[in-house]
Amino acid sequence: MSAEIVAELVRVERVYEMGEVLVHALDGVDLQIERGEYAAIMGRSGSGKSTLLNMMGCLDRPTAGTYRLTNRDVAELDDDELSSLRGRTLGFIFQAYNLIPHLTVLENIEVPMDYAGVGPRESRERAEALAERVGLGDRADHRPTQLSGGQQQRVAIARALANDPSLLLADEPTGNLDSSTGQEILDLLTHLNEAGTTMIVVTHDAKVAGQAHRTIHMLDGRVDRILVRP
Amino acid sequence: MRPTRVIALAWKGIWLHRLRSLLTVLGIVFGVTSVVAMLAIGEGASAEAQDRIRRLGSRNLILGSRPPPASQNASEERQRTSEYGILRADVDRIRTTIPHVERLATRRNATEKVRNGSRKLNAELAGVTATYADIAMLRILAGRFLNPVDEGQARAVCVLGDTVAQRLFLSQNPVGRLIWAGSHPYRVVGVLDRRGEPRGGAGTGVDDVVFVPLSTMDDRYGKMLVGFKTGSLSLERVELHAVLVEAEDLAFVESVAASIRSLLQRWHPKEDVRLTVPLELLREARETKRIFTIVLGSIAAISLLVGGIGIMNIMLASVMERTREIGIRRALGARRTHIIVQFLAETVLLSVSGGLIGLLLGVLIPYVVSRVFDMQTVVTPWSLGLAFGISACVGIVFGLYPAMRAADLDPVEALRRE
Repeated sequence: MSAEIVAELVRVERVYEMGEVLVHALDGVDLQIERGEYAAIMGRSGSGKSTLLNMMGCLDRPTAGTYRLTNRDVAELDDDELSSLRGRTLGFIFQAYNLIPHLTVLENIEVPMDYAGVGPRESRERAEALAERVGLGDRADHRPTQLSGGQQQRVAIARALANDPSLLLADEPTGNLDSSTGQEILDLLTHLNEAGTTMIVVTHDAKVAGQAHRTIHMLDGRVDRILVRP
Repeated sequence: MRPTRVIALAWKGIWLHRLRSLLTVLGIVFGVTSVVAMLAIGEGASAEAQDRIRRLGSRNLILGSRPPPASQNASEERQRTSEYGILRADVDRIRTTIPHVERLATRRNATEKVRNGSRKLNAELAGVTATYADIAMLRILAGRFLNPVDEGQARAVCVLGDTVAQRLFLSQNPVGRLIWAGSHPYRVVGVLDRRGEPRGGAGTGVDDVVFVPLSTMDDRYGKMLVGFKTGSLSLERVELHAVLVEAEDLAFVESVAASIRSLLQRWHPKEDVRLTVPLELLREARETKRIFTIVLGSIAAISLLVGGIGIMNIMLASVMERTREIGIRRALGARRTHIIVQFLAETVLLSVSGGLIGLLLGVLIPYVVSRVFDMQTVVTPWSLGLAFGISACVGIVFGLYPAMRAADLDPVEALRRE
């Protein structure tokens, strides 16, 4: 099997200084994510799964070890290059949706395209198509506060897809939603993965993990075990 | 990001907190308003002052008689007649000893009851040489001024100042008519245009004056004018009230002034003759204006500084408030510079809008002032440019620090913030 590797972590460590104490949030993580994969990360709070997600999202850098995203070593990139990597290669979905409240649905979806330098007309067309794709074509001019939680998360997903990312990172995407709405979001994510999007989801929810190809269990900053769905 | 998007975004940020933005920007508004308005009023006042001085003639030097300052000499105090002022001998001395004098005009004054039939008023009767109109730059409205023939033959003719003409003849043309001044009749040969009272020219009024040839006045009143000093019993004797000296060229005004001063020091140690040099007054007026501008500049600088600090304060609060938004934007691909540009655009837009409001008020206030108080005001284009430029600079200077604070936030931390 010669699948393309999108993200690769080699003995990645992340150490925080908390006063006098050193906290090893990540303590030697080895992980490979293949193109088209749907991976879930599970673990108790404090197990390092959020730190891992931030690391893979290029919001944080390893203290030691190597992280390669689409074959580029993150340690060698400066802040600007990391920023464009986040904008073009990655897509983020947050638990709290994190839409910008004073922008409309379309404007929110356009934010990553603004920073990636997409022209105004193309950006508007793509945003409209994405809103349509997540089922919010008729809400394009609404503001986030006028939408339900499920609808807001759909906007966030559309926004994450704006620059056609190589890797979609979701942090508890159903954490703030009731179970039926949560199921809709999960179905949407599964659908996206089937259409070819590589996806990593951090979750507490076994149901979420049930959709993934692999489930990575974290414990004390290490990969404890990896379950592959048959 | 596209500039239009940046501006739209900044405007959104401002509009989101309309009241707060308005209050924030008041400092800049008042700063710019005060600069523009005060400069306009100052500029107007100074233009008016300079204009008045210029009407005295910049090549001219004006000698005026005045009662000597309270005399220290007790014996002189007891004299019942005081004799002071310019003498005809002084005029001869100036004419013969001081170089670069083009022309001279002399004038003596007397207060007289002037009448035309039943209309009468107290006016100043001024005996002048024919050169007076030219040197004093009087404008003839109708008829002509006194000429050398009038002077040579001591004819009983007169030229009326604007106020006198209007009071005695209302809207009629006075030229050719006869008026009486005291017990003597005069034929009106000309009427002068209104001039207003020039500064620093005591005894050189024009509007409420009846001008007659000096020789005629000498015939009627003798060579020396005797009058009652107001409020006391003593008599005053004055030969001439004013002498206008015209220098050949602007360049000689100072040397002529110096020569006359030394001459006065020698012949009039009692300081009963005052020398007024319009050119020097003009320089003083310009210097005053320069100082005024500097003071104003400092006030403006301080108020804009205060306004700028106000803006910085609010922008720092805004950065705190929008930490999460900054985190989101960073996660979605915003570079540090994008964040800096976003916040900087907001402060600059804020301060520039404040500047524009200030400009508007700053133009409006002088307009109202000139209407209400009948003052001249001049809104100079450079003051508009200056005030506007400074307000934009304030936005950049005081916006930079909050913007950099925003850009330096750790994205992970920023996203975690509620």
